[in-house]
Amino acid sequence: MRMAPADAATAAARPMPEPRQETAPAARTPDLMAPRPFTVERVTRDVSDTFTLELRPLEGPPLAFQPGQFTMLYLFGVGEVAISVSGDPDRPERLVQTIRAVGPVTRAMTALKPGAVVGVRGPFGRPWPCAEIEGRDVVVVAGGVGLAPLRPAILHVLARRGQYGKVALLCGARTPKDILFRRDLRRWGGRLDTSVAVTVDRASAGWHGQVGVVTKLIGHAPFDPEEAAALVCGPEIMIRYTVQALNDRGVSLDRIYVSMERNMKCAVGFCGHCQFGGSFVCRDGPVFRFDRIADRFAVREL
Amino acid sequence: MTGETHGLDRILARHPFFDGMPEGYRVLIQGCAANAVVKAGDYVYREGEPADRFYLIREGRVALEVYVPGRKPIVVDTLGSNELMNWSWLLPPYRCHFDARALELTRLITLDAVCLRAKMDEDPVLGYAVYKRFAPVVAARLAAARRQLTDMYGAPGS
Ligand SMILES: Cc1cc2nc3c(=O)[nH]c(=O)nc-3n(C[C@H](O)[C@H](O)[C@H](O)COP(=O)(O)OP(=O)(O)OC[C@H]3O[C@@H](n4cnc5c(N)ncnc54)[C@H](O)[C@@H]3O)c2cc1C
Ligand code: FES
Repeated sequence: MRMAPADAATAAARPMPEPRQETAPAARTPDLMAPRPFTVERVTRDVSDTFTLELRPLEGPPLAFQPGQFTMLYLFGVGEVAISVSGDPDRPERLVQTIRAVGPVTRAMTALKPGAVVGVRGPFGRPWPCAEIEGRDVVVVAGGVGLAPLRPAILHVLARRGQYGKVALLCGARTPKDILFRRDLRRWGGRLDTSVAVTVDRASAGWHGQVGVVTKLIGHAPFDPEEAAALVCGPEIMIRYTVQALNDRGVSLDRIYVSMERNMKCAVGFCGHCQFGGSFVCRDGPVFRFDRIADRFAVREL
Repeated sequence: MTGETHGLDRILARHPFFDGMPEGYRVLIQGCAANAVVKAGDYVYREGEPADRFYLIREGRVALEVYVPGRKPIVVDTLGSNELMNWSWLLPPYRCHFDARALELTRLITLDAVCLRAKMDEDPVLGYAVYKRFAPVVAARLAAARRQLTDMYGAPGS
């Protein structure tokens, strides 16, 4: 990967911010470890193995969050998993979380019906730097269910559209059936001030959209590489290829933010489960400025 | 597909394929070129046909499909504005590898490969200039196809 030098000569030569620290320090605060009960209000099946829960606290205030933050969602008697908030940060009354069923806990969650109660801890983690990148072009690159943690950032940006330059959303999915949030994509794509491109890895002839890897979208997307900040989330291979393609187009690594996943337990920087090189994903991430972690991407099995 | 040649010099001069190519060669290649328009749903070429042309897409989008008996064709790639299409004309046996179907109204420049192959044989410097523009395209498509093979969005552990 070519390491583009920090864009010292451009008008936007201010140093790029790191995601803000939002989490209270470690497990000194006991309620960070105690789940609050939330009722399932609605369940929506998004694509075959992915569904969205809308949750409301049984009592107490709604769960305010920053785009990119996650909760620890506890299915009583089964287990607890880290899930990003996928709802609108300006409307936190309902906690919205989009889940792909991949293992015991997430699969058991597919049986949740309205009225069921789950436990919620959080929100945790450093968010997407939505406020800090005001004034820039914004490129969002999402792979598969990676669109879920990006949805709040997209909604935040579009609700303050005038604060940003060009906005490009680039989404990759496995097949047309696996495209998440189609209704949102159509709505966002219908705006004259936002460009939306979707590509799938494979399709049959009924599909009229693009076919090919998501990185192919980066070369043609309308944004100024010297001025853009990129938000990237998806499988780790996709992140690697995407960062490379963004960097090849001229987006320096300090303007690329990625959201990382590691298995979690405490989610408050205590247990070390989520270690990623010298950081804990729950406390120092999940959103990282890529130049800070680039060295770790060159190392296998971190 | 309908063809015409007017305005070609202007269109070719602007196309990235000709970036950095000596004007003399561009004029030479222009001798093998024609404009074409393909309507949505129509085929530009079919798998197995002689690869006696290649294309510069001006605007529009084309799907590369594999025909499967008794099923809908599988789309393996889509190409859009400014992309090169059909590199099979460079290598024997000069046969098209896929069906190329326009997904929307598509404007193309078609280049007569038989004519160009002869000119390239006569002038290897021209040949090299053309190969230099095709090799990165072929390499990028191979890399993209291999990434598609990783099935990166597949279920973990599957
Ligand atoms: C910060 C953060 C945010 C997340 N946001 C979401 C989200 O919005 N929606 C969502 O569906 N999932 C999200 N995840 C992933 C989710 O936490 C895991 O899929 C979940 O823990 C799996 O638990 P399980 O018991 O169902 O399966 P497990 O038995 O724990 O895992 C089943 C399979 O999934 C793999 N796996 C487990 N955890 C992960 C992981 N973190 N990354 C990649 N593969 C994993 C395992 O290796 C195994 O092959 C997030 C993870 C993190 C760390
Ligand atoms: S999950 Fe315990 S330190 Fe991150």
